[in-house]
Amino acid sequence: MATPAASPQPSHKRYFFEKFGITERILERCLGEALSAGGDYADLYFESVISTALGVDEQIVKSASQGTSAGCGIRVLSGERTGYAYTDNLSPERLLHAARTAALIASGPAKQLVQGFTEAAAADLYPVPLGGFDLDLAARLELILRADRAARAADARIVQVRASYSEELRRILIAASDGAFASDTQPLCRLNVFVIAKAGAITTKGSTGAGGRAGLDQFVGSKSPEHLASEAVRGAILQLGAVAAPAGEMQVVLGPGWPGILLHEAVGHGLEADFNRKKTSAFAGLIGQQVANSKVTVVDNGTMAGRRGSLNVDDEGSPTQETVLIENGILKGYLTDKLSSRLTGAANTGSGRRESYHCIPMPRMTNTYMLAGEDSPEDILKSVKRGLYAVNFGGGQVDITNGKFVFSASEAYLIEDGKITAPVRDATLIGNGPEALKYVSMVGHDLKLDEGIGTCGKDGQSVPVGVGMPTIKLDKMTVGGTGR
Amino acid sequence: MAQTASAPDLTGIDLESLTADVVKLAMKAGASDAEAVAREGDEFSVNVRMGEVETLKESGSRALGLRLFLGRRSASTSTSDLTPEGIRLLVDGALALAKVTEEDDFTGLPDASEFGSIDSDLHLYYEDVYSLAGPARIDLARRAEAAALETDPRITNSDGGSFDAATGRKVLANSRGFAGGYRSSYAGVSAAPIAVDANGHKQRDGWWTGARRLLDLESPESIGKEAARRTLRRLGARRVPTQSVPIVFAPEVARSLIGSIFEAASGDAIWRSASFLAGKLGEQIAASTLTIIDDHTMLLPSGVGGFGTSPFDGEGLPSRRTVVVENGVLRNYMLNTYTARKLGMKSTHNGSRGLAGTPGIGCGNLYLQPGQLTPDDIIGGVSAGLYVTSLMGFGVNVVTGDYSQGATGQWIENGQFTHAVEEVTVAGNLAEMLNNVTAIGNDLVFRGSVASPTLRIDGMTIAGA
Repeated sequence: MATPAASPQPSHKRYFFEKFGITERILERCLGEALSAGGDYADLYFESVISTALGVDEQIVKSASQGTSAGCGIRVLSGERTGYAYTDNLSPERLLHAARTAALIASGPAKQLVQGFTEAAAADLYPVPLGGFDLDLAARLELILRADRAARAADARIVQVRASYSEELRRILIAASDGAFASDTQPLCRLNVFVIAKAGAITTKGSTGAGGRAGLDQFVGSKSPEHLASEAVRGAILQLGAVAAPAGEMQVVLGPGWPGILLHEAVGHGLEADFNRKKTSAFAGLIGQQVANSKVTVVDNGTMAGRRGSLNVDDEGSPTQETVLIENGILKGYLTDKLSSRLTGAANTGSGRRESYHCIPMPRMTNTYMLAGEDSPEDILKSVKRGLYAVNFGGGQVDITNGKFVFSASEAYLIEDGKITAPVRDATLIGNGPEALKYVSMVGHDLKLDEGIGTCGKDGQSVPVGVGMPTIKLDKMTVGGTGR
Repeated sequence: MAQTASAPDLTGIDLESLTADVVKLAMKAGASDAEAVAREGDEFSVNVRMGEVETLKESGSRALGLRLFLGRRSASTSTSDLTPEGIRLLVDGALALAKVTEEDDFTGLPDASEFGSIDSDLHLYYEDVYSLAGPARIDLARRAEAAALETDPRITNSDGGSFDAATGRKVLANSRGFAGGYRSSYAGVSAAPIAVDANGHKQRDGWWTGARRLLDLESPESIGKEAARRTLRRLGARRVPTQSVPIVFAPEVARSLIGSIFEAASGDAIWRSASFLAGKLGEQIAASTLTIIDDHTMLLPSGVGGFGTSPFDGEGLPSRRTVVVENGVLRNYMLNTYTARKLGMKSTHNGSRGLAGTPGIGCGNLYLQPGQLTPDDIIGGVSAGLYVTSLMGFGVNVVTGDYSQGATGQWIENGQFTHAVEEVTVAGNLAEMLNNVTAIGNDLVFRGSVASPTLRIDGMTIAGA
């Protein structure tokens, strides 16, 4: 067996070999065992995660926690079947037992492995020194204490402030029966501010967050504790004077950045290859067809340095890439993993992701955004006689099969005669994925990506993602308020 | 495949002595109090799609968590590494972290006098969930899907049928003398068929059965048929105009409203004033027909422990039954030790404990007491309205009570279903919605730990075409 990458090994690969006593011989034996009942393909996914969380609440550093977990998931593919087993004990006996369990998905004579592993050249997207347990806790505490001070000082109506910081360092190593070999160390951190405002009988909340796969030096400018605090305060104070959101179909202008969650729900999930291979998605069979206004181009890009949704390699060891989903309104392609690529013949887009070693990988998004257009945001707003301008959102959800999706506005305003007027209370927006983007009539030149707060759930698995969008106008969308 | 691999020996570690040892180590290292939690579990799941096994998963895992105190400072750690070295890091890590936290007068373990556990057998664990051989497990999933597929020619595709089984064990020990543990089991069968109408529009829905023992599962055929019925009735769905009409929530969605009321009554939201129910204790907050109970001790009619039943809570306090809302009056906030101290009250034994972090607040078997009306009576009493069978989104704000969710269901005209509805929202404010409950069904069934009968609420707004 060939030695993976001859020259100096990156620390993330050595980590598993040194800390857990994994050897190439063990990897080989486990893959051999995994294919002992005749599977077509097998892979081993080793994962070690260290997570840290700190919280300040009522001006007191009340909470501090750390968690470590390590384990290995073993997968065997046989035709369309997947067998999976995992273990949190990385001794050779337990690994071999898990391999035997996963192997039973197939039935037939044992298959031979490809001889030798090949490690693909991987990108280096996370500009951060890899610390591990020796964290500088003081520097992290200072971030949340600064946020706490700024939020309290901002407005006398703020009665509660909570700020928290969380960080994880995830090391992975993947070895597969087709010879693929990859390893990576993935940092991820996040700063959150939550406030409660009170005026008379009215109580409201505001929250913000920012983060990414980068070091503490990212928390400056629009990600600084002070800015995040002032944004959380602004959101809560704004809600104190908010009027009922309107109900019904109307023109909707979405602000730049996080409102890109529209793309994630309306089209992103529907373009994941597993749903389309099984024809359970509303987008199945629509490749080459018009699914959006010709001004709309949407990509999924896992290769952006430092971003929350980015990965050097996916959780099957494949390099990530930029994938065009919709080009000038035409549906171009799906997000694929090894299984869907093998079964459909489509190229692998490096979209195989999983929450942890407990989970079977599947096609997922990374950073999903719409490219900038040519309209000015001012002109977009001016063009609306009566409508809603939504600039911040909570979560969203989609029914893949009928295409209906929702996303909930947490900061929105009425537009009257081209002008932004009253702020409105929380309201859910609803639409139909394959139709919604056909109503996009203007696309701003102000593309912005979110601040690094997205978490996407699918089949019970959560993974970090990013979204982005310029200001856009939708000629019609249903706004779920209670007002007129 | 013919069989599952023989299970490895996982009995090597005794979780009771492990947690006791961790507490001792933490105290020896200088903690003023310590609490250890350990969990182990096995899971099995198989999904059969279009008659073929699609995924099959089988595994087990263990983990350990520690919360320790240095006076009024505290921190917590967790690990999947149960070796002596892993445990040393767990304890050292928690101590180091506690030193960077600050004093909080309200933190700490419960008083020793409060600890306890229900002695009687709560019937939470049945080994039979693992008694079936591999092929018989797969067969349950296959039969559920097949029953759905053969119901109607419009059901042409499927997300599959599945069988799941899981067993788990939780152990809690602390330095004030509490030590306890319990095992639990679960098995479930589900089906998720897809139907297509004449215009090529697809719809998916599903149904499931879950129980603590195999014996109590409904038949896979009945699950498949019910899943098919639910999917077929979505065909031809269309939008309805924006309007205000009575909304009837089916039990499987009404339960989410009960969950939101629990969240709003939770001590953490209350002491922060982050709830529309803050300061409302003892006040009329809902129609006088509404009574909501949170019972951690309940047995199901079959004699088996409920899905939210346990002998003690996440902090070692004995499980109990608490009235949340009685005849529309808010009777109790739902409290763990910390939030009770913040409010100058006593814990309602609602502490919940994950592996990491501080205890949260969790419900047991949370339910709305049933009324007298059948679901048909309720639907029959609506001249024009929406019967909601599924909700989408995150549009529930328990601070303001603002409620706005995507909805799917059936249009009601003169007491009869006329057509399926989709791509609309239903919106209101929880405080008003609770007072506008105008009918409660008699159809309370526990399919999970939170349950509600059919519920009619007036005065909400549908946003649609």
